Amino acid sequence: MKSIDVTSATVAAASAGALRLSPPERDPAFLSRLFWCCTALVLLWPLGVATEFRPWLMWAPENRQVTADFLRSFLPLAHDAEFLAMLVRESWRTVAMATTGVTLALVLAVPLCLLSTRVLSLSALSGQMARLPMAVRLAGRGVLIVLRSIPELVWALVFVRVVGLGPTAGVLAIALTYGGMLGKVYAEILESGDSHAAQALMRNGSGRLQAFFYALLPAHAAELTSYTVYRWECAIRSSVVLGLVGAGGLGQQLDNSMKMFNGGEVASMLLVFVLLVALADRLSAWLRKVLA
Amino acid sequence: MTAPQAANLPYKLPPGLFSLRCQACWVMTGILALVVASFVSLSLDWRSFLSLEAMRSIGRFVGEFFPPDVSAPFLRKVALAAWETLAMSALGTVMAAAFGLALALPASRMSDRDAAWLRSPTRWLLNALRAIPELVWAALLLISAGLGPMAGTLALALHTTGVLGRLFAEAIENVPVGPADALRAQGVARLQVFAYATLPQVLPQLLSYVLYRWENNIRAAAVLGVVGAGGLGQMLTFHMGLFQMDKTASILAAMLLMVACVDVASFASRRWLTR
Repeated sequence: MKSIDVTSATVAAASAGALRLSPPERDPAFLSRLFWCCTALVLLWPLGVATEFRPWLMWAPENRQVTADFLRSFLPLAHDAEFLAMLVRESWRTVAMATTGVTLALVLAVPLCLLSTRVLSLSALSGQMARLPMAVRLAGRGVLIVLRSIPELVWALVFVRVVGLGPTAGVLAIALTYGGMLGKVYAEILESGDSHAAQALMRNGSGRLQAFFYALLPAHAAELTSYTVYRWECAIRSSVVLGLVGAGGLGQQLDNSMKMFNGGEVASMLLVFVLLVALADRLSAWLRKVLA
Repeated sequence: MTAPQAANLPYKLPPGLFSLRCQACWVMTGILALVVASFVSLSLDWRSFLSLEAMRSIGRFVGEFFPPDVSAPFLRKVALAAWETLAMSALGTVMAAAFGLALALPASRMSDRDAAWLRSPTRWLLNALRAIPELVWAALLLISAGLGPMAGTLALALHTTGVLGRLFAEAIENVPVGPADALRAQGVARLQVFAYATLPQVLPQLLSYVLYRWENNIRAAAVLGVVGAGGLGQMLTFHMGLFQMDKTASILAAMLLMVACVDVASFASRRWLTR
């Protein structure tokens, strides 16, 4: 109540002939803000307990010592010839894992996408889609959703068990997760646009594949490529992460150096990783512009 | 008498397939070369994956998942880990929202006359925070924060700070400047101008960004534990390391259930909000 009085007093003073409105003495919404802050703190408390959130532990003398030593060893960056050669080799491997993974993902995504788009249904041309094609389409979509919803890190953990340490596990993980993502989004893109051209072709007796190649693909090619390139960029980022569980590339070397507390190597690799991601970002932006 | 006009003027025809100016052809060639070089240089171990023996070992591996461990005490442990994962993501996102807002202020140009000296250094900092994935942050933070969910929470907070700070700064810069100018003309201090003119206008957008990141973070927190940073992921690597496949199966199921719930909740709320 009092806060409202303060505001109205200010307005009254202004209309009484003061040239400048003087700002209110104190925040008019002070009480409600205080209340919401306190509520937020009360709500956050159990979260802090559940996550054992005790940041002051990081300032305990022995922890601080370890952290300071590790950070101090960041400089000078590791830069002997052998290490640099390894860095270049592993960076290329990371890019190659992402590229191979996305290529295999396409092999998986394109057929599943064609199988599951509703636009390419012949029976739906005349009213309701028939039972069997409907079931097939739902099944295709279900497979895509399952593939997509298992995180690539879990796939990688499983494949490291089956095919051993190395890039094969990472490539397979990327292929499966990204296959799901690409397939689902491709299907959505194909269904989003105007489908008259495809329907006209199919009404006049063309096959589904012909309708896809001559009607749907030209209309959506730019969108499809741009999404694929964007996913390639994401795959580079995630192939580094996959390395942390032993799937080869830059991440695996980063993990090794971190376990040996070799700060210089860790810092160089982080730098190279950031540069790699920035480069992929630029390249993908340029490619999307060119291909659009 | 004039010569008949061609339907397409010559200079408007597309360049020949192997013309030097055909940019798309060169780009496609480059992409093909990259793909071929990747497949050749990786020396993938197809035999160990596609052979009959490998198929049998995969079959055995999957077979060990069944039946999953559904005893009550273990399920309680899984539920606790799931709650820990959820708490990690929520606390990390809240911290990131606070830090992100604090960093977005120097990272945005509030008015034309604002020199914004700190704009590019802060943006560099935000980019660096964002460029390093949360899993790498977690692995780095293990050294100072020790094994457990705190490292994961801080890792999520750091990465998300980079993302949210950037998005917040963009939102703050794109807001209409009228109300802020009106207050500024009255000589109101900068922080008050932000709190009473800019913030109320961008708040809904900031909140939607925070919710979007929270959704992402729940998914990330579920797997963050594989480097030892708490939650379901840590349990997963622990039991998988001990080859207790029945327990691994239930943890995996819990993980997928959680991700599916988040997906459904997000889809439903989006539908409800844009109805």
